[in-house]
Amino acid sequence: MNQSWQPSASIETLRKRAALLHQIRVFFAQRKVLEVETPALSSHTITDPYLEAMHTLHTQVGAFTSSKLYLQTSPEYAMKRLLAAGSGDIFQLCKAFRDDEVGRIHNPEFTILEWYRIGFSLQHLIDEVGSLLMATLKVEAVNQSSYSVLFERHLAFNPLEVDLPSLFEICAKLGLQDYVGSLRANLADDENTHASVLLKDSILQVLFSTHIESLIGIDYPTVVVDFPASQASLATLHENGRTANRFEVYYKGIELANGFDELTDAQSQHLRFAQDNQKRSVLGLSIKPIDMHFMAALFSGLPQCAGVALGVDRLLMLALQKNTIEEVMSFSQRNC
Amino acid sequence: MANYSTNEFKAGLKIMMDGEPCNILENEYVKPGKGQAFNRTKIRKLVSGKTLEKTWRSGETVEAADVMDTDLAYLYTDGEFWHFMNNETFEQIAADQKAVGDNVKWLVENDVCTLTLFNGSPIVVTPPNFVEIEIVETDPGLKGDTAGTGGKPATLSTGAVVRVPLFVQKGEVVKVDTRSGEYASRAQK
Repeated sequence: MNQSWQPSASIETLRKRAALLHQIRVFFAQRKVLEVETPALSSHTITDPYLEAMHTLHTQVGAFTSSKLYLQTSPEYAMKRLLAAGSGDIFQLCKAFRDDEVGRIHNPEFTILEWYRIGFSLQHLIDEVGSLLMATLKVEAVNQSSYSVLFERHLAFNPLEVDLPSLFEICAKLGLQDYVGSLRANLADDENTHASVLLKDSILQVLFSTHIESLIGIDYPTVVVDFPASQASLATLHENGRTANRFEVYYKGIELANGFDELTDAQSQHLRFAQDNQKRSVLGLSIKPIDMHFMAALFSGLPQCAGVALGVDRLLMLALQKNTIEEVMSFSQRNC
Repeated sequence: MANYSTNEFKAGLKIMMDGEPCNILENEYVKPGKGQAFNRTKIRKLVSGKTLEKTWRSGETVEAADVMDTDLAYLYTDGEFWHFMNNETFEQIAADQKAVGDNVKWLVENDVCTLTLFNGSPIVVTPPNFVEIEIVETDPGLKGDTAGTGGKPATLSTGAVVRVPLFVQKGEVVKVDTRSGEYASRAQK
């Protein structure tokens, strides 16, 4: 008999999943962080060059046209609008959607935990993430390392100072020359000033994934800090101008969380969105309109805060020592 | 020739790389969000048998290898080629020394082996997991010895040398695991 209707997680795992969600809610209730819900659908989406949103159409009865609505890739913009409106500390447990993401640790629809703490420094938030991980993963400690130190330790070069020709040489020695060739061939406009930044970030990322990730976060989760400024996303820059106030958490080869000291300056944010779109065009991707509701909220004033997003499915995978994300989901993309 | 995109990558897919047919052993899709998505693969080159790791940009395409596995019974060797037959169609295929390789020592007449064909020609011959072969040479064991005290070497009729328990004697047929080259048991009569 066909068994493809069956859930990919066992009922026992689903009980543990419910317990984890409860544990997370208790964690934030004790810290007086307000649980919020924001819409999964939005008229606008992100401009990231490396993330694609899914979308759907909304049609009113009798209407001649449909409006396009994007499924959120994370609840970040809507939550920041609540922060700008005076919500205070907030957290959300919700579904997020990312196109083209299927694999051992990827599912196009997944559960995200995102929270924002007003007046927190980045280190203060890292410590809070550590507390949550120690409680949920039953680990005694969390390590911390800087992005540059990890590259110097495992690959013997400084990622902030290295130039492209040296990076190409390093890749050739590591047998990645075909990969780099393919990256270069894929640039729609390799004369563009953004092209070299895109190439460098993609190469650093692949080196990080193939030569560093498996060597960190083995016994304890590792928090990586001080990413290059070009990977700042929505984080502020360090006063040195070269690194971003961003952190990521790695455990057993899996990226688990991504946090920022949130950029509150509307002008700088607008410039980053514009740069993102220029990068998208270099990659031959469509330009995404900038979310004006989000921009208006920033112009009205976002309080200084630190925020982080954490993959709940991955957290459960690691807590239960499961090998694939679908083992902790009731139904994955395979039979949803 | 057909092409595969990286999103079709999975264990068992046969692709061409450096002019050689290869088998994908493992594939992992990585989408870090800070750089382009990529696929990390572990690949076995089917002719040389070498395994290697390779990183692909997601969305890249690669030529498919015209490779198929077929189950054929081993017939005989003429010294230059090893001849196999499809038990249903009676079609015969000859494999050369390179394709047979070290597995020559596990070839038993009428055993069904897996032949990997590339463009119709055999490149790898894989014997069954277990084969039964007669011992043609081994020292007489001590009387009263039972299983597992290190054993002794025994030469089989195909030329293979395996360690067998001391109580197993010349002329007996033994069952051997071809993947490890280890003695499994005496053959059932």
